[in-house]
Amino acid sequence: MSNIFTSSVGKKFIMSLAGLFLIIFLVLHLSINITLILFKTPETFNKAATFMGNNPVIKIMEVVLFGGILLHMIYGAVLQIQNLLARPVRYKKSNYSQTSFFSKYMLHTAIIITIFLVIHLLDFWIKNKFLGEVHDITYADGKTYHDLGALVIERFQIGWVVIVYVVLLLGLGFHLHHSFQSAFQTLGLNHKTYTPVIKALGVIYSIVVAGGFISIPVVIYFLK
Amino acid sequence: MNITLKIWRQKNRDDKGKFVTYKLGDVSAEMTFLEMLDYLNEKLIREGADPVAFDSDCREGICGMCGLYINGRPNGPRKGVTTCQLSMSAFKDGDTITVEPWRAKAFPVIKDLVVDRTSFDKIIQAGGYISVNTGAAPEANAIPVKKENAERAFDAGICIGCGSCVAACTNASAMLFVSAKVSQLALLPQGRVEAKERVRAMVQAMDELGFGNCSNTGACEVECPKEISLSHIARLNREYFTAGIT
Amino acid sequence: MIKLDAKIPEGPLSEKWTKHQSSVKLVSPANKKKLDIIVVGGGAAGASAAASLAESGYNVKVYVFQDSSRRAHSIASQGGINATKNYKNDADSDYRLFYDMIKGGDFRSREANVYRIAEISNKIIDQFVAQGVPFAREYGGHLANRSFGGVQVSRTFYAQGQTGQQCTLAAYQALMRQVKAGKAKIFARRDMLDLVVIDGRARGIITRNLITGEIERHSAHAVVFATGGYGTIYYLSTLAINSNGSAAMAAFRKGALMANPSMAQIHPTCIPVLNEYQSKLTLMSESLRNDGRVWVPKQKGDKRPANEIKEEERDYYLERKYPAFGNLVPRDVASRAAKERCDEGYGVGETGLSVYLDFRDAIENQGKDAIKSKYGTLFDLCEKVTGINPYKEPMRIYPASHYTMGGLWVDYNLMTTIPGLYAIGEANFSDHGANRLGASSLMQCAGDGYFILPVTIGDYLADQIRIPKIPADTPEFDEAEKAVKDKLNKLMSIKGTQSPTSFHKRLGHILWTYSGMKRNEKGLKKALEEIKELQEEFWRDVRVAGELYELNHELEKANRIADFFELAQLIVLDALNRKESCGAHFREEYQTEEGEPKRDDKNYSYVAAWEYTGDILKSVLHKEELIFEYVTPVKRSYK
Repeated sequence: MSNIFTSSVGKKFIMSLAGLFLIIFLVLHLSINITLILFKTPETFNKAATFMGNNPVIKIMEVVLFGGILLHMIYGAVLQIQNLLARPVRYKKSNYSQTSFFSKYMLHTAIIITIFLVIHLLDFWIKNKFLGEVHDITYADGKTYHDLGALVIERFQIGWVVIVYVVLLLGLGFHLHHSFQSAFQTLGLNHKTYTPVIKALGVIYSIVVAGGFISIPVVIYFLK
Repeated sequence: MNITLKIWRQKNRDDKGKFVTYKLGDVSAEMTFLEMLDYLNEKLIREGADPVAFDSDCREGICGMCGLYINGRPNGPRKGVTTCQLSMSAFKDGDTITVEPWRAKAFPVIKDLVVDRTSFDKIIQAGGYISVNTGAAPEANAIPVKKENAERAFDAGICIGCGSCVAACTNASAMLFVSAKVSQLALLPQGRVEAKERVRAMVQAMDELGFGNCSNTGACEVECPKEISLSHIARLNREYFTAGIT
Repeated sequence: MIKLDAKIPEGPLSEKWTKHQSSVKLVSPANKKKLDIIVVGGGAAGASAAASLAESGYNVKVYVFQDSSRRAHSIASQGGINATKNYKNDADSDYRLFYDMIKGGDFRSREANVYRIAEISNKIIDQFVAQGVPFAREYGGHLANRSFGGVQVSRTFYAQGQTGQQCTLAAYQALMRQVKAGKAKIFARRDMLDLVVIDGRARGIITRNLITGEIERHSAHAVVFATGGYGTIYYLSTLAINSNGSAAMAAFRKGALMANPSMAQIHPTCIPVLNEYQSKLTLMSESLRNDGRVWVPKQKGDKRPANEIKEEERDYYLERKYPAFGNLVPRDVASRAAKERCDEGYGVGETGLSVYLDFRDAIENQGKDAIKSKYGTLFDLCEKVTGINPYKEPMRIYPASHYTMGGLWVDYNLMTTIPGLYAIGEANFSDHGANRLGASSLMQCAGDGYFILPVTIGDYLADQIRIPKIPADTPEFDEAEKAVKDKLNKLMSIKGTQSPTSFHKRLGHILWTYSGMKRNEKGLKKALEEIKELQEEFWRDVRVAGELYELNHELEKANRIADFFELAQLIVLDALNRKESCGAHFREEYQTEEGEPKRDDKNYSYVAAWEYTGDILKSVLHKEELIFEYVTPVKRSYK
């Protein structure tokens, strides 16, 4: 069993499991965020966000999530370092192989996502959770919620913030484009008929998720 | 046609090495790439210069001895060929062709374009076999093998051990090579007996020898002269996890 | 004076091997641990022998000039491997395979050896299957078979067009397993340059480390040569460009006899020479003749594209001349027939030196998929090399140098005339007579390596158990090392103007012209003169670039070519001596009116074994009479 954590194949296995977990998380995240532009007011968004913030199961999952991200990043970094060491003398002319464009730039997109994560967490999560910069709002059910939605809308009134988000989210999209099918391959799930389906799903997924997230600041900037 | 060659020259393992440019005229499109290099060498010998060292043996794409990194791709621009099968018709008059040896920590350069691939032997030594002593075999038809499985095992078994996959991989990973053997033997009932131990040992050897990790870019599959499928890497992964959890 | 004794066991043919196995001397497992064996060559024969010997307990050292034993040219064997399983229920038997081989070899091979290989053919398949060779299967999961040139049953086991690759890798893997177990050691990138004989016994070899150029000494209780054939002597051949005859010549100079050196098989189905730069010829497996039909246009010099030539304008000359076997006649017959048509002016292609091999009818009858599953890899290969798509138009083929039936003379135990020196696989002469049948080379290599040598070598080593490790600092080693160094230094010091390869091309041309598919006394004598002259020019004017103590392919080539000059003369001597036509050896003076070969059993029913005397041209001929007790030599007819 210990091989799973130390061998190349094992590390990749863990990375892909963590990655798949993050892939699922992104869907959840997007489905909540998208309500900001689907509905007139951020009420649904705020209610969902509060639920996510208070539910004990979700709280545990939050730890798991951060663990997953860290695990994915650490293993990714370790593997990447090993990969660089595996070719101490580089080619003068390289990478002309006719292969998937996105797969060649996973490291680059991973760095973009890391930058994004830092900005994103500073922007919202820390403000909401630790700095108390978020106002309260009371809805018709008589309960009081953090008005996180207002904060989001406020941030995305600033043009350069929107541009930064769009650019960084494109990086996420590129990363997902390769990683979705890659995770299945690493887990050993390759099949004559199903693999092309998984690859297509991966493309759809990356477009929908990245596109969905990108649409939020853009729509807010122009319409709200 | 006239071509310009930029060839990596390195005296020995410890030499730093450098690119040297050669102009070569009267190259026929009917030559193979290696015959073009033979032709260059004949010219260098006549001029009293040191010929370019490169490996080759069968010159029909089966021994796996040759293999050059040509214009940023293993075995040059054509698909499904070894370097010895690459025809000069793939190039045109006036082309500049950059020729480099395989680059990987596990494949140190010996001289010029010749690299040391004994690491592949070491991977096979770790478990790329079925442990049956001579004389201990049962009657050949005693164990039927599903036709489809035999064919798939063959598709993996045709690996020639040339190292194109490692050369092509952005991470210098040997996963396609390792998986081809793991997969071939795992698909046959004769090989199933040791499947777990085999996959573990071979992956461990691969890691220890300093190859990189697979990141599923698929460059190996594209550049493999025998067009061995990535699905074998998936099978290796599968074999590895079932070996790990059972 | 050497007296040839083949040491063929007494008793009925079918019991000889069984009896012999129960009577050879044995070495106990405890003693095997104390004995070292050198194996030179790591192909189907070398790797299988080394693995089997190591499994049984000997300490084995394997030497290959490539970077790994997996590269040996057995890997390029395509069509298949024979066995008498009779899975097809077509009345096959050991005797039939034996008879096919004896007859295919034109009654110039030893009955007992041939019967033995037929007898163990089934065990070879069992072994390969157990080792994971993915042979072709039927839907029910059982092994599939196909037929092959020169026979009328389907007994060939195959893995598409890469049977040799799969079998060689299986043997290689078995060897790797022994390397891991510490019983075998691989010395890769080593060229065997001389054999060391101490007190009349083979005790070691001198090698050159091809990376550093160092000359090394290696000693052992016995030495096994699995060094393959020397078909590259013709320059263009289907062999790997580095295949050579140097090991055989080293043994020959130290007293081993060379048997039937002129028996060189010219394979009928190769991709023709395309241009002057060509460095090798690509074989198209003989199995293609199962479904492909060979033809040339009926009209001389017909330059129309093949598909425009109508059925009635085609001459299916093999079917016409040999109705019983048709396109499946043995290799020598098919090659000569192709040469004959081309010489007469019916050849096709730009040079007129090729004939068509057509799959049109087979595709029509069996469907494209069926043909693809049988020959897919070969068709792809053909398209890659020539640009011709065999699904759409016929391939073009022409004979090329392929296999050497001749080789080191060995007795029934596969031992040469030097005690302790064994030759297995293509390196020996024993099983194929004057012509080898298809799918029997892998069989012989694996048979020798897996099952015969590991038994017979014990007979010699049983007397050696008290001999401690052989020291490598004896005068014999000094002398051999010095001879090697002198030769290499001499080659380096000539500093002439012509490359080794240019000499090789010229030597090949001489042999191909005068000692190829057809030979005659005048030509052969001319060849001798020309070879001698070329040899002198070589030693005067060869230019070996680079240095002695570094990786130097030019020096490797020069050294091999230097040996080829001597071997070439021996080939011609042998061809001159044999005043008959048999198998691959066709002397124009000895043919029927129809142009069929005329064998002379009265005077030439022997193995010609040559002994070195210091001057190659004064080599002494020894005759091993061939006694046929179980078959009657008949006129080999495939009509």
